[in-house]
Amino acid sequence: MGPENVVFAVIAAAMVFSAIRVVTTRNIVHAALYLVIVLAGIAAQYILLASEFLAWVQVLIYIGAVLVLFLFGIMLTKAPMRGDNDLDNDQRWPAAVASLFLAGVLGTILIDGYGDVEIAEPEKIVRTGDLGRSIFHDWVIPFEVVSMLLLGALIGAIVIARRD
Amino acid sequence: MVLNQFLLLSLFLFCTGVYGALVRRNGVLVLMSIELMLNAANLNLVAFSAFYKTEISGQVFALFVIAIAAAEVGVGLAIVLLLYRNLSSADLDRADSMKG
Repeated sequence: MGPENVVFAVIAAAMVFSAIRVVTTRNIVHAALYLVIVLAGIAAQYILLASEFLAWVQVLIYIGAVLVLFLFGIMLTKAPMRGDNDLDNDQRWPAAVASLFLAGVLGTILIDGYGDVEIAEPEKIVRTGDLGRSIFHDWVIPFEVVSMLLLGALIGAIVIARRD
Repeated sequence: MVLNQFLLLSLFLFCTGVYGALVRRNGVLVLMSIELMLNAANLNLVAFSAFYKTEISGQVFALFVIAIAAAEVGVGLAIVLLLYRNLSSADLDRADSMKG
């Protein structure tokens, strides 16, 4: 087991634990803080996969912006900050069965299809400049569509949340 | 590194997100579970982008997914806020006025 696999295993264990805590904890603020660990772990996995630009985008947007939005949402809806037994509905077992079934089916397919396929060492390092060139050369129309979508979501959020 | 280790990790995150979205009552917590699922999809995209070495489109798509997830959280939290204002709680089970 090479050093990168050890790093992967440590980060993945932390992510698995925190992901389970996000969906089972009885305290909303704790769920948000466990979500930070999962998101930071994803950023670390991006670095392991040699895409460092995405890792920093992940840190800036998710941990920087989305998490603050979540905390504001928790505060503005006056969610119970202490433990609350009433955060889950009564569908625990059907939901667990559904997600375990999904995990079983997809896991079987993945192990069957990609068994021990290795990710080879890259011959050429992908730099951030290549990523920018790809966005503004090959994917420029989707990029513009995403900008329009962000504008629409911004206006929509203001219209929905404003008092009148 | 094996490709499957990333795919299985992202599968686990996705299934945890599905469970959370089905089980949680509070709107903010449901949105957090949806974020888990979107991040799992992103990890998949980046893993395949590293697997097909000459291909960078996976990373570009992961960037698009991050932008769309940010938009989704903005609109979603606005909806939860509106729900709270109308029902004075963020409990999604109480939003049942369209139930037949």
